[in-house]
Amino acid sequence: MPSFVDPAKCDGCKGGEKTACMYICPSDLMVLNVEAMKAYNQEPDQCWECYSCVKICPQGAISVRPYSDIVPLGGIVQPMMSSDSIMWTIQFRNGNLQRFKFPIRTTPEGSIDPKNAAHKGKDLASERLSDEEVDNVTLKRPIAIHGK
Amino acid sequence: MALPNKPAGELPATLDPAIVELDTDILIVGGGMAACGTAYEIKKWAPEGTKILLTDKAALERSGAVAQGLSAINTYLGENTPDDYVRMIRNDLMGIVREDLIFDCGRHVDRSVYLFEEWGLPIWKTLEDGKTVDGAQGAPILKIGTKPVRSGRWQIMINGESYKRIVAEAAKAALGSENIIERCFIVKLVLDKNEPNRIAGAVGFSVRENKVYVIKANAMLVACGGAVNVFRPRSTGEGMGRCWYPVWNAGSTYTMCQEVGAEMTMMENRFVPARFKDGYGPVGAWFLLFKAKATNTLGENYMATNAEMLKQYPPYGLAKVPASCLRNHLMLKEMREGRGPIYMDTPTALKNLSANMTPKEVKHLLAEAWEDFLDMSVGQAGLWAGTNTEPEKVGSEIMPTEPYLLGSHSGCCGIWVAGPNEDWVPDAYKIPYKGKNYKGMTTVNGLFTAGDGTGASGHKFSSGSHAEGRQVAKSMSRFFTDNKDFKPTLNQSAKELADIVYKPVKTFMEHYQKSTAADVNPNYIKPAGFQRRLMKITDEYGAGIATSYVTSKAMLDRAFSLLGMLREDSEKMAAGDLHELLRAWENYHRLGTVESHLRHILFREESRYPGFYYRSDFDLVDEKNWKCFVNSKYDPAKKEWSVFKKDYIQIIPD
Ligand SMILES: Cc1cc2nc3c(=O)[nH]c(=O)nc-3n(C[C@H](O)[C@H](O)[C@H](O)COP(=O)(O)OP(=O)(O)OC[C@H]3O[C@@H](n4cnc5c(N)ncnc54)[C@H](O)[C@@H]3O)c2cc1C
Ligand code: SF4
Ligand code: SF4
Repeated sequence: MPSFVDPAKCDGCKGGEKTACMYICPSDLMVLNVEAMKAYNQEPDQCWECYSCVKICPQGAISVRPYSDIVPLGGIVQPMMSSDSIMWTIQFRNGNLQRFKFPIRTTPEGSIDPKNAAHKGKDLASERLSDEEVDNVTLKRPIAIHGK
Repeated sequence: MALPNKPAGELPATLDPAIVELDTDILIVGGGMAACGTAYEIKKWAPEGTKILLTDKAALERSGAVAQGLSAINTYLGENTPDDYVRMIRNDLMGIVREDLIFDCGRHVDRSVYLFEEWGLPIWKTLEDGKTVDGAQGAPILKIGTKPVRSGRWQIMINGESYKRIVAEAAKAALGSENIIERCFIVKLVLDKNEPNRIAGAVGFSVRENKVYVIKANAMLVACGGAVNVFRPRSTGEGMGRCWYPVWNAGSTYTMCQEVGAEMTMMENRFVPARFKDGYGPVGAWFLLFKAKATNTLGENYMATNAEMLKQYPPYGLAKVPASCLRNHLMLKEMREGRGPIYMDTPTALKNLSANMTPKEVKHLLAEAWEDFLDMSVGQAGLWAGTNTEPEKVGSEIMPTEPYLLGSHSGCCGIWVAGPNEDWVPDAYKIPYKGKNYKGMTTVNGLFTAGDGTGASGHKFSSGSHAEGRQVAKSMSRFFTDNKDFKPTLNQSAKELADIVYKPVKTFMEHYQKSTAADVNPNYIKPAGFQRRLMKITDEYGAGIATSYVTSKAMLDRAFSLLGMLREDSEKMAAGDLHELLRAWENYHRLGTVESHLRHILFREESRYPGFYYRSDFDLVDEKNWKCFVNSKYDPAKKEWSVFKKDYIQIIPD
């Protein structure tokens, strides 16, 4: 069913304006049923299994049941995000388990400085980008031109 | 139980959406790699006080092709020259490319990679003693000369799960969240009422509330990615969503720009990647980093046994790395002649690599192999888990997918744009407006594109798309500075535009009670049904998987006859809720893109990309007559298409 929601865990993001899963899904699939206060995937055959909803759900309520027309039942791939890494648990159909942990970011979230003021460009007519201008980069030209 | 003839979905559409009119100087449509590059760079160049607005149909943090992350940055030049970068792409794309655009991308792209690293993207490094470390182990940065870990001549490995979140954070911080509207899907661009061939604005709607946005702008970037789910995919059940490129990029870039008259180029080009079957996991690292071989069912390396076939396509087949389409061409021969399935021999590759490794190092190697999937194609990991596939024990099938239309990955369909302002760029590659040339501008004045939108300049990938977006930011700032006094006037009223956008809702409301089931009603067609019909036509007549990528004039004529009726029926698309309204317009965009693709294939009387598609009536690469661009243009006033040849100009010597 691609992504699916465990009703025992989903709290509808506590009835907030927008739920985390709705906010994030690039395919606009996750919706909240207000009466049940539970979310669901409204169009499973347009799900990329991108895991964005799985990764963001604050209750860990979302998993993926791989596409029924491709994958035999029983395998599970589940991530756990922290601020600097992601841990994946892979359970095979035959019960074998593997775990992997990978870094995702080397700086704290929210720390990026876009340097608008410091990098205010000077020469609008040149083809240099702002940081190329700051570092005084000389732009390359073709080493030779065909036929010349 | 109530009858199923009600609007479905949790956010019902209404007949009277609020109309929000906005005025901006520069509008950025899309929030992917290219648009985030523009958002990051633009305030550094636009005059103080310039109003800039960005709209994305999704949430910037996870929108576009990089939503789930990537495991490699495919364009990082490092020690290579932009000249060689042009040579590689020219060969891979069978000779016909815009060398000015590619060279320009090559000379700027590393700067974006430096920024990614500074912002926090972990990039693998090769230390001085030759040891490699992942991106979080504190090795010195690339910018001071540290070597990355190359998986190929141009590719570098990253721990890229959060790639898009990082790039989006920088874009948001630079532009200001107050200047970004998420969940706003742009439907149409609008030309100026007074000045011919001049962009004036765009219209879209909110996917969350009943609200139509009518936006006026002086300059505009459209960077909405490529086109996916335009051909019937190999998996047609739930797996339809597990396409290789992101299912949510629906050809908006191409259709919206061509409808206002932007000249298109190389729309006949497509990409048919050979990937792990069904999960569509990446094969690049397996081939290049792990040195795995693909074999037919007899265990033969078909690239070697079929090497003779490459000689028929000089010079493209004779290069050290033959063009991607030709590699498919050789694989397809095996499949057609019954020597499939084709397997990636993962056990032998891992065995060879681990021959001199400690158990700990072997464990790390296996983790790298899994990370390749988990960082960018988790569905493939799910397929391996569900089929008990452990790569050190069994190989995995690979297969060419259904066709995709895109301009930033290994394809090059898209829009004709102005080259950079350099004396080595031929005049034919410039687009003067009031005597000046603005890199990245389309043939519609004030309208720019980047990333998947730019035609004839593939292999930019994530980093190149970002760098190109930044270049266009500067170009648009220059355009705006030079044309500050222009006051855009839309050639249609806000109410007229809103009525167009909400027409599918009106159609639904008028008719849905005339049937007991909302999806089956003779008065309208739902977007999902429309999409399936489109895919059936492209697949059966437009060189899809059904015919092993073969088409002909007769088949294309039939396709156009059926597509003509589909276009008529697009007027009868119906949407009962906001999600369906989104799907209606996405599929309308798919239709325009597909028509363009097939129109170009029909015009080009040769088979330029064997392995991606074949014209059975012209089954050759015809260097004499067709080593040229095919461009096309829609005249919005006359509602007519013209398709024509345009000279290819070689800039970089062989
Ligand atoms: C499976 C896969 C593997 C890849 N592997 C690599 C790799 O290893 N290395 C690498 O460097 N690159 C890789 N790429 C390529 C890279 O992701 C693309 O080249 C790049 O994302 C293109 O940038 P873009 O801005 O043109 O499009 P995208 O990044 O796709 O952005 C498109 C944006 O437009 C928005 N949008 C679409 N339609 C509308 C509309 N109508 N209105 C408003 N907004 C809209 C979308 O929400 C999104 O924000 C890969 C891509 C895929 C899918
Ligand atoms: S994010 Fe999780 S808890 Fe919140 S609505 Fe979605 S599934 Fe429920
Ligand atoms: S996995 Fe991705 S596409 Fe599928 S519902 Fe979740 S966020 Fe949406």
